[in-house]
Amino acid sequence: MRGLVHLAAALDLPGVFDGGAFAALARLAERGGLDFVTLDDSFARPGPDALGVLCRVAPATRRIGLVPTVTTTHTEPFRVQAAVATLDWVGRGRAGWRIDVSGTESEARLFGRRSAAPAGALWREAGEVADVAARLWDSWEDGAEIRDAATGRFLDGDRVHRVDFTGTGFSVRGPSTVPRPPQGHPVRVVDATDAHACTVAARHADVALVRAVSPAQAAGVRDRLREQARASGRDPDTLRVLVSLLVDLGDGEHAAEPGHGGGGPRPTVHGPLYRGGPVDLAELVTSWHAKGITDGFHFVPVEPRRDLERLVNGTVALLQHRGLFRTFYPGSTLREHLGLARPANRYAAPGASAVPPRAS
Amino acid sequence: MTARQLYLAAVPPGACLADPDADDPAGLGSDAVWAGTRAGSRIAFASYERLAGAAERGLFDFLLLDEEPPLPEHRGRPHEPVPAGGPEPIAVLNALAGVTTRLGLAATVDAACAQPYELARRLATLDHLSAGRAGWRVAVSADPRTGADHRFAGHADPCGRAAELVLAARALWDSWSPEGVPRPFAHRGRHFDIAGEFGLPRSPQGHPVVIRSGESGRAREPAAAWADVLLVRHAPPEPARARYADVKRRLAAYGRAPGDLKVMSRITVVLGDTAAEAQERAAGIGRRLVTPRHALHAVERIWGTDLSGYDPDGPLPRTEPRTRDRRTRALAARWRALAEEKGLSLRETVIEASGRPSFVGTPDAVAADLHRYAEEGAADGFLLAPQLPDGLEEFVDRVVPLLQERAAFRTEYRGGTLRSHLGVPGGTADDGR
Repeated sequence: MRGLVHLAAALDLPGVFDGGAFAALARLAERGGLDFVTLDDSFARPGPDALGVLCRVAPATRRIGLVPTVTTTHTEPFRVQAAVATLDWVGRGRAGWRIDVSGTESEARLFGRRSAAPAGALWREAGEVADVAARLWDSWEDGAEIRDAATGRFLDGDRVHRVDFTGTGFSVRGPSTVPRPPQGHPVRVVDATDAHACTVAARHADVALVRAVSPAQAAGVRDRLREQARASGRDPDTLRVLVSLLVDLGDGEHAAEPGHGGGGPRPTVHGPLYRGGPVDLAELVTSWHAKGITDGFHFVPVEPRRDLERLVNGTVALLQHRGLFRTFYPGSTLREHLGLARPANRYAAPGASAVPPRAS
Repeated sequence: MTARQLYLAAVPPGACLADPDADDPAGLGSDAVWAGTRAGSRIAFASYERLAGAAERGLFDFLLLDEEPPLPEHRGRPHEPVPAGGPEPIAVLNALAGVTTRLGLAATVDAACAQPYELARRLATLDHLSAGRAGWRVAVSADPRTGADHRFAGHADPCGRAAELVLAARALWDSWSPEGVPRPFAHRGRHFDIAGEFGLPRSPQGHPVVIRSGESGRAREPAAAWADVLLVRHAPPEPARARYADVKRRLAAYGRAPGDLKVMSRITVVLGDTAAEAQERAAGIGRRLVTPRHALHAVERIWGTDLSGYDPDGPLPRTEPRTRDRRTRALAARWRALAEEKGLSLRETVIEASGRPSFVGTPDAVAADLHRYAEEGAADGFLLAPQLPDGLEEFVDRVVPLLQERAAFRTEYRGGTLRSHLGVPGGTADDGR
């Protein structure tokens, strides 16, 4: 018997810079009980800072996970982890971080510090940033802030740690300036399409996004990822693999075009695309999920305002009716939505209390 | 005839400005915040929501959040008595943009490690999301340990880098055409060599408000050249007037009017129902802020020696501080002179030097003093640094209405942007800046 399906959606709204529009879409996704929303980001095209936008969305929502893309190539690793940790504090345990790299020379020129590098090197560095971020999140143990008036101590110095990390191109001493986030480690998401990214996903990601046009392809990608995770010393059950699909629900009244519905999405240059009605999309989700070939789906609406509404009121409602998707949020953190445990702190003495701090 | 209008801003309780010109290298000023029974969290968003709510209710111009410095250390270990750890400020301000409507939202940025493109993008995002309420304090802290956490820190000329950072950020903000079409930018200077296209259209303010803090000529000159607000240490009216006049005089050389740069004095306030009660409360806060242990730590941090055998009720160390740092030595000399002049013990000196509030009295007296201070040309406004968790609420509830009665402070927000609150022009591509 398989558990419930996990569902996520992209909020990407090209040319929009006003917080209210993003908040309204996130609230819509939250009404559908989705695990999380993503907001993509790149220095290579116009758009606001995604982490900033989702910080703005946080107080306008209560339960849904918030996953901005934050790139690791030109931003200081220390700053990346501090910003993601802060989103987790602001969202009271709902932050994720979609890790990405900046590969073009034009992006490198915006910073003027280093030249463009090949994907292999950039993803190796991204893996190191993912690694050091988790160490910095652990650099404050839960409860390091003791506020003991009797001894005049604000901190317990034994529970704050340097990380002394040396990577290929950077080093970080630590500790972080931000206390350990409510989730311990905010959820790390990697689009595992690129082969180099796949290695980082297997090693560091809590959620891997994959592309597939058929159940067989999805199953193959998932098996390979899980095998790679096992090979790097992880329990593969700590990795959620979601199939990322472009969705165009514009023809809501009609059945899916041949090749789009139960048979699977169609390959396009932008990735696998499902075009059809919300009911047929629910069929697709149901059948792939029944085969046990994916933990869930990440939908990227072609037209977010229109498609997200159809997704929530059509597809999601049907999946809820069939008992395949939650009808309310039993948990409050993104890790809880995904069924992922709050990680132990690598610096804490064994047996030390791992009671999460109150985020409010 | 209208009275002079004050400008008001706030920092979170117990915040200390991490700037070489800020006179608080010992990191004092916050013990009471956490030792008190109503201690507020430094990290939970609810604390910031409450603070911003109070500041907006008080019609303040802006709330300023500092960047957390590297964790304070003492003899190679985390310095346990000093409150530390906090959120990344710009991220929190973006969240506050969603729960406030008029309050200005400003963050401290360490110019030693900021990158113009990334910074300009994050600030423009905040300005868009807040509909024109973003500000940034350009700090030149250069804590050597920041370099241990960042790839590109430890620059030889941090002040020059700060000035160029402002220039480059403005070039980016000005790069889109008024019709909303991106145009290529290029900036080449001593510190940055960047080119390309900026990712955001012109934000509501054009240029988020620039805040600078500092006392020296080294700080005043760049502030006159490019800042909208200058934060200064509180001083008695006489030297403050001279300082104010000096700052305003420097503006003309840059083609700016005296009102284009607002001078705001950083103050602490202790209120009481009577003058005597306020004095008593102030003394109590001083003793609470500076425990005997904290007093020893403060002196140890300046002198750089282990003073664990010292009596906090005895005199200051007779030796010179073990540092060559000019500012630390000057600070030690100031403390020594203070101790000698008033015959103070080590702990009393620390209390006197760092725990003494700027304004003490009944709400009526404090409102009158603040008003007079500005009327006499000592400052344009004040940055309130609450010593206790509910210090801002108390000021908003008890002092702001009296300032309004004197017609010295706004009774409603007129405009929507931080620039309009402060009455500072600029932010347009063609104003020559």
